[in-house]
Amino acid sequence: MRYLPNSPEERRQMLETCGVESLEDLFAGLPPEVRLTRPLALGSGKSEYEILDYFRARGDENANGYASFLGAGVYRHYRPVLVDAVISRGEFLTSYTPYQAEISQGILTTIFEFQTMICQLTGMEVANASVYCGSTAVPESAMMAARITGRSRVLAARTLHPEYRDVLSTCVKNQGMPVEEITYDRDSGRLDLADLQSKLDDDVAVVIVQSPNFFGIVEDVNAAAELAHSRGALLVHVFTEAVSLGILEPASGADIVAGELQSFAMPPSFGGPYAGVIATREKYVRQMPGRLVGQTTDTRGNRAFCLTITTREQHIRREKATSNICTNQALVALMATVFMTVYGKEGLRELAKQNLAKAHYLATLVKPRFSGPFFNEFVAAPASRPPEDVNARLLDAKIIGGLALGRFYPELADSMLLCSTEMNTRDQMDAVAEAFTR
Amino acid sequence: MYPENFRYTKEHEWVRAEGDTGTVGITFHAQEELGDIVYVDPPKIGARVDVGSSLGSVESVKAVSDIYSPVSGEVVEVNEALADAPEKMNQDPHGEGWLARIKLSHPEECDELMTAAGYQAYAGAEK
Amino acid sequence: MIEKVRSHITQNEPLLFELSSPGKRGWQLPELDVPEVDAAAALGASAVRSGIADFPEVSEVEALRHFTRLSTWNYAIDLGLYPLGSCTMKYNPRVNEQAARVEGLAWAHPYQPEALSQGAMEILAALETVLEEITGMDAVTLQPAAGAHGELTGILLIRALLASRGDPRKKVLIPDSAHGTNPATAAMAGYTIQNIRSNERGMVDLESLVGSVNEDVAALMVTNPNTIGVFEQDIVKVAGILHAKGAQLYMDGANMNALVGIARPGDFGVDVMHLNLHKTFSTPHGGGGPGSGPVAVQRHLEPFLPVPRLQQRFGRWFFQYGRPQSIGRVKAFYGNFGVAVRALAYVLAHGGDGLRRATMDAVLNATYIRKRLEPHFELPNQAPTMHECVFSDARQAARGVKTGDIAKRLIDYGFHPYTVSFPMIVHGAMMIEPTETESKRELDLFVDAMISIAKEVEENPELVLKAPHSTRTTRVDEVAAARKPVLRWRRN
Repeated sequence: MRYLPNSPEERRQMLETCGVESLEDLFAGLPPEVRLTRPLALGSGKSEYEILDYFRARGDENANGYASFLGAGVYRHYRPVLVDAVISRGEFLTSYTPYQAEISQGILTTIFEFQTMICQLTGMEVANASVYCGSTAVPESAMMAARITGRSRVLAARTLHPEYRDVLSTCVKNQGMPVEEITYDRDSGRLDLADLQSKLDDDVAVVIVQSPNFFGIVEDVNAAAELAHSRGALLVHVFTEAVSLGILEPASGADIVAGELQSFAMPPSFGGPYAGVIATREKYVRQMPGRLVGQTTDTRGNRAFCLTITTREQHIRREKATSNICTNQALVALMATVFMTVYGKEGLRELAKQNLAKAHYLATLVKPRFSGPFFNEFVAAPASRPPEDVNARLLDAKIIGGLALGRFYPELADSMLLCSTEMNTRDQMDAVAEAFTR
Repeated sequence: MYPENFRYTKEHEWVRAEGDTGTVGITFHAQEELGDIVYVDPPKIGARVDVGSSLGSVESVKAVSDIYSPVSGEVVEVNEALADAPEKMNQDPHGEGWLARIKLSHPEECDELMTAAGYQAYAGAEK
Repeated sequence: MIEKVRSHITQNEPLLFELSSPGKRGWQLPELDVPEVDAAAALGASAVRSGIADFPEVSEVEALRHFTRLSTWNYAIDLGLYPLGSCTMKYNPRVNEQAARVEGLAWAHPYQPEALSQGAMEILAALETVLEEITGMDAVTLQPAAGAHGELTGILLIRALLASRGDPRKKVLIPDSAHGTNPATAAMAGYTIQNIRSNERGMVDLESLVGSVNEDVAALMVTNPNTIGVFEQDIVKVAGILHAKGAQLYMDGANMNALVGIARPGDFGVDVMHLNLHKTFSTPHGGGGPGSGPVAVQRHLEPFLPVPRLQQRFGRWFFQYGRPQSIGRVKAFYGNFGVAVRALAYVLAHGGDGLRRATMDAVLNATYIRKRLEPHFELPNQAPTMHECVFSDARQAARGVKTGDIAKRLIDYGFHPYTVSFPMIVHGAMMIEPTETESKRELDLFVDAMISIAKEVEENPELVLKAPHSTRTTRVDEVAAARKPVLRWRRN
């Protein structure tokens, strides 16, 4: 097996040093009743070429060369070539968690840069080194707010990504934290602030609002924050489309920002791996889960970086940890760091503006259902035929249409969610319009 | 090393009673075991504590230690200096590194704790 | 003395923000083929940001150089051995990277039509089948994003099972040798934790266990082989004790590298376990993630698995959502698909026989290291070594040098340290796991380095105490970093 480096002679020498005759003897200590007595039924080992053929064949069985208008939490954006050039370097790809600072300054420095850039983008004072994804960042933020306020009720917008709400529910129900939904205004598609106000009381730990929300609508997060704060609750601002940060003013009233960074050069990859992030005010840093990289000096006084405030984490706190998170998403977060570096201050803004332009052009052809302002996604007003039919027509033209909303919102079963990014062309959008109206 | 007018617990806390107020902290031995203290999580002012209930925790880079109250009563003051300078607990654990002041509900509890000589022997044996 | 490759540690490279200058750019977008839109008009003036203050602006060349230079300050598997215990830092096969980049897989959107996702679903289903075969369990979920996440999922499954029996229980038993994620997980799932002692052989103390298992215990969380690298000899008995009282046996699969093809947890009484694809199955650590923590269960736990489940009808795959007993979702979408691709590629490369050989070489390598180091370092446990061995710094500590110091000195010899101070039941622990993808040459270099350090401890302890001497930074001030955390760059 080509990954096993020892020659037969080397194995023989090592067995001698170990004082045994054969490899089998090394397992003599195992109780016989636990031993597997047959080979694993997994076929023979394949060559590199056969392995690639297998995956190429699977890729061909997937949509290949289709245009797509799907968003809904996972977005198609160009991936600058520098991203893979950097993350494919063995020193990044195959390195371990940077517990030994002296030989990990490379990754530690990039994480420090990542944390800084996330703060700059979100307007928060401190950000962690990433968490698994946006969906798990939500319950983590809710639990963080519960720790800070000492309260237990959660209010979450109906326009928070439906799968994120599912994950929230699964995680916090074991923590004694009931979750209640806040509705949206049927005309604007925005959070119903009156509904929020009516559900707030002194037991609410946190209000969770996504912006742009699942319908692509930009929320007035600060208005929700004001209401939350008036009753002593915290406000979590969730985002799933990171590119929106290039143009949208951060919500100054947010206490915690929990986001998905997939748009920043992480391939859609059928759902993962992505990287989420949590950012907050400095006073809450010790309640925040996830790894943190801090700046310090070495014994010669030179600037250096290291993992810090690790006492929050599981390997020290054990049952009193802020979370049981062990991993951050270092390599995918690095993709985001390189993406943010390549685009930079002006490029990220331009990218956001292009996304805005593309979606708004599409909206001149396919009327939006909601009146609220939107970024690069919107819910199309119902067509003369069901969204599934519209999508079937589009597939003939090798275009994957928007998300038929009935699977998540029965009240919107006649509508679809359309996303248009810098990767969608005018021709593709014209084709969508045609499928809607013809 | 260990002031005569303090009393000590097996968990390495000390209490200095003056009338019905007790000042509480951790001992020299405790801070030595912990190493450089980086953060102190103090109890809340107004909190009612019993003997053995939590008075917050102390963190070094690699470990966290809970602090247990040697006495029962109400927390009336915490040492705010520790927020910016947790190292005071290392530098002067029996003086400037005090943790909290408690209004004692049962001042006689102090008599049941170890004396300086007793604690010195206990801490020495622990090593 | 030092033969290993060294990185470019003497060059300096500032932070991006220090390289940045207005007007530098590394990007270019195609021209818009649709009309530009006034952002303030579309979004409302107050919703539009005026700019991203202090966000960097650098050119393409500077960006590439920046990250390339930083990368040379990192140690990595591609450079040499990581003897880290319980981390299984094995070779990350490059063909796996190519597989994950196949366009139809890398660009697949989780909501694209199922008819156009059959390839991706086939991969997930194939990996589930592979992991069932390897673990001897009946069903697998690939949804959890990492080992700790898998642990939480596993404990939630047990919780759901017991609730369905009308028998919710309050306690989880955890050996004192366990990894910190175990108690953190149990607490997150709403259980109280009770510690179980290890006996003098370093294994779960049966008497302590019998005394602790009652009708209020939901589960025992065990790692096997345990964290000192020893197989729990009485594991079948342990399972029996738990099952007799209606409790479940959870196994932390972090040490599966000692068992693949040799023994299967499903065969020795485990009810539910998690796996770490980024350990046993070679997916890259990438500096700390992403990982993937699949959970494997026996039949009785299958109804509670997270939704959706992959099912097949008339040869076509579909996702099944209608599962009333499911614990719900633990993550959006279907798990870390990109990591699953890499793990499957790893298994395809080995086949059944190759996996078994890998396990045997992993145990051979660890045993070889143990034998060669035994004369020089204290070995607290004499049980047969599996894929990792644990020494104690007792002899060196007598000279004032601890495991952490020895680890730092090992860096000067060109190696990453072993796992320091874990497990907690061994004082001054030095946990070493070489994995099967290390050659005898690399192992000998490592052993020679350790022996040389042991000698230095006798003859020149200061050299060890002040190590490392040859790295880009000397020891960093972790105390200052924790007292006054500086977690971002700021303009002065």
